[in-house]
Amino acid sequence: MRALARLGAALAAWTLLCAAAADPAERLPDPGQEARARALFQDVRCLVCQSESIDESEAPLAHDLRQLIRQQVAQGRTDDQIHAFLVSRYGEFVLLSPRLSLGNALLWAGPLLVLAVGIAALVMRRRAAAETDAQGLTVQEEAALSQLTDDEPV
Amino acid sequence: MIDELGQFALVLALALSLAQLGLSVAGRLRRDAALAGAGEGAAVGAFAALAIGFVALIHAFVTSDFSVLNVAENSHTAKPLLYKVAGAWGSHEGSILLWCLMLTGYGAAMAASGRLPFGLKAWAVACQGALGSLFIGYMVFASNPLARLTAEPVQGNSLNPLLQDPALAAHPPFLYAGYVGFSVVFSLAVGALAEGRVDPAWARWTRPWALAAWSFLTVGITLGSFWAYYELGWGGWWAWDPVENASFMPWLLGTALLHSAAVTEKRGALASWTVLLGLGAFTLAMMGAFLVRSGVLTSVHAFAVDPRRGILLLVILGVAAGSGLALYAWRAPTLKDEAVFAPISREGALFVNNVLLAAATATVLIGTLLPLIRQAIDGTPISVGGPYFNLTFTTLTVPALLLVPVGALLAWKRADAMGALQRLWPAAAVAVAGGLLALALVSPRSAVAAAGLAVGIWVVAGALVEAGERVRVFRAPWAEVGRRLAGLPRGSWGMTLAHLGLGVFALGAAFETAWRAEAGAALQVGQTMRLAAFELRLDRVDPHVVGPNYEAVRTELRVLDGAGRLVCAAAPERRVYAAGGQTTSQVAICPGILDDIYVTAGDQRDAGDGKAAYLIKAYWNPWVRLIFLGPLLMALGGVISLSDRRLRFAVPGRARQAAAPAPAE
Repeated sequence: MRALARLGAALAAWTLLCAAAADPAERLPDPGQEARARALFQDVRCLVCQSESIDESEAPLAHDLRQLIRQQVAQGRTDDQIHAFLVSRYGEFVLLSPRLSLGNALLWAGPLLVLAVGIAALVMRRRAAAETDAQGLTVQEEAALSQLTDDEPV
Repeated sequence: MIDELGQFALVLALALSLAQLGLSVAGRLRRDAALAGAGEGAAVGAFAALAIGFVALIHAFVTSDFSVLNVAENSHTAKPLLYKVAGAWGSHEGSILLWCLMLTGYGAAMAASGRLPFGLKAWAVACQGALGSLFIGYMVFASNPLARLTAEPVQGNSLNPLLQDPALAAHPPFLYAGYVGFSVVFSLAVGALAEGRVDPAWARWTRPWALAAWSFLTVGITLGSFWAYYELGWGGWWAWDPVENASFMPWLLGTALLHSAAVTEKRGALASWTVLLGLGAFTLAMMGAFLVRSGVLTSVHAFAVDPRRGILLLVILGVAAGSGLALYAWRAPTLKDEAVFAPISREGALFVNNVLLAAATATVLIGTLLPLIRQAIDGTPISVGGPYFNLTFTTLTVPALLLVPVGALLAWKRADAMGALQRLWPAAAVAVAGGLLALALVSPRSAVAAAGLAVGIWVVAGALVEAGERVRVFRAPWAEVGRRLAGLPRGSWGMTLAHLGLGVFALGAAFETAWRAEAGAALQVGQTMRLAAFELRLDRVDPHVVGPNYEAVRTELRVLDGAGRLVCAAAPERRVYAAGGQTTSQVAICPGILDDIYVTAGDQRDAGDGKAAYLIKAYWNPWVRLIFLGPLLMALGGVISLSDRRLRFAVPGRARQAAAPAPAE
């Protein structure tokens, strides 16, 4: 719950020096590295908050995680290495975009399945339509039809 | 006394809902109009009884009657009157009462409206009674909003200060009016399945309810998003938070429903799919309520949560949705769907739109539920957050957006795609030009954002071209254009406006997401910081502002543009509420025509030598207003459509006559 996390963080923050990803005191000196770190933050969950990334959170843990990631970025580690490090330390829960795995396959397979079923249905309708609609409409019928449906709203 | 009266009214409403169910079913089975009429009367009675209960609850809140548990837990004497009233639906119990009130309200409206055919109406009223009995039963036995305390406290706990906000006072009523509006569609779908008949007339009776529900839901979601934007102080407007998703899923499916019901109404096609969407939209609405109210989700907005009742809500969801879907599985194969259409036709485009919207709903649904499922199955906690949704949802909806102007220009049954595209070339040209312009002029350069803008322009311009085509602009003499304009049915105005709103939203979302800027600094009085092309200067700090039920530290800033001219004065606050001891951040927004400068004040810091610095965060949110304006235009389009003579609730007799020849069109 962002709200409650914020309330809790706000109370804690009176004693804290820094409080947000954009906080000048936390930033890395190299703007390229800082931009990379900010991009990484958006994919990392603030574990004590609820559905909030560490980029947004004011919680102390988010602050620590940001510091950790900034350090690793400054040490020249790649994004993959940093991700792997975070997962080994906190579990998959820490990543906001789930990894490709069998357990998560439904995330991508589900919508694709809906698409596939829909397209299949359209193709089957077309077959059925081709069989029953062989005679088609006469020119006059077409004209009458477009006259009738012309101004119909959806 | 009034509380007891209200309590009695709630129990009475349960009895009347059960009577509504029993009488309507008996009336239908024995073909007895008097019995069915009594069922309709019971529906109106249940609504009246709940209205009394609701007034009693509001009375308890307004008079700060702390002998009522609900009031003691959620109100406070120092709270402004608006929030005392809104407090009536701020709690779990109160929000369930509001849900039931609306459910019976829609039921009463359906029972009292026009001349639906006897069998369909009896089944629909019965189904509405069954839903009412389930939810009112839950309220009476497990979630009593008027339960008394034996020892009355002197003061109440007050409402969460974040919820004390005008947009949020209005947010639940609109949202629930949307959610629950789909219950009528659900009931009419059940009725149609029971009667074994889904025809264009059924679609015509159903569509106004779906339109009303969809319009309310659109406004409700927009209000919620607007609230999150300016109240939570994070500068964003959508987080793919589970509770946001819970409200978004019925909206997506409801949008699909509106389009598929149009096909069923005009062409008699997709009948069983429309019925399934009708069942699905309310199922997702109930699931939304369950997810939000049960506490199974970890969310930003789950404010009134009680896990013990979650299981009961889950049972209700299972019973209601399960019976509906079982009835569908049993009866749907008997529904006839004889109308044929070519893939390239208005029906074809709307069908593809439905497939894409269904897939988008699936993405949101799976993304929201998979963490729960994985946790239950193998105990692995995973997170599905913004990055996943942004990728999958955008991938699925961009093709749908591209299709909108094309579909609106295609003819029914069999259409000429090249002809439609030819008529759309001005829209395409403007869109491409706009995208290229953005690529060339706006920094930092972003091809994705430019493409997003082009898509938004395409939808907006496409809607205008479509409206122009309808009135034959540039093709007919101006006198005829004027005549056609005057004669255009409201339904087509509504469609144009809704599509326009969609495009406006897409423009805002693409622009804001790509080009928002943020800055943060610890400022002492007199110091400045830069935000995009602006300069923010901390003028003054008032550490002891006293509000009605809070104390605040107010930081007063001046926002200057590049040339040093004053843009506005911003005074964000850090508030501490006396009642709960909570701290909140009051955002200051400098509204432009399209853009916002958004300033929040954070903690105080020691800057050395006895001086204090204040952590100020600021965002420049370009075109953010379009994000909220677009959906409002969409809802307005829905309302205008609703006022179309042919769709009005009160004239189903005429609507039936008009609908009868529809299959022959």
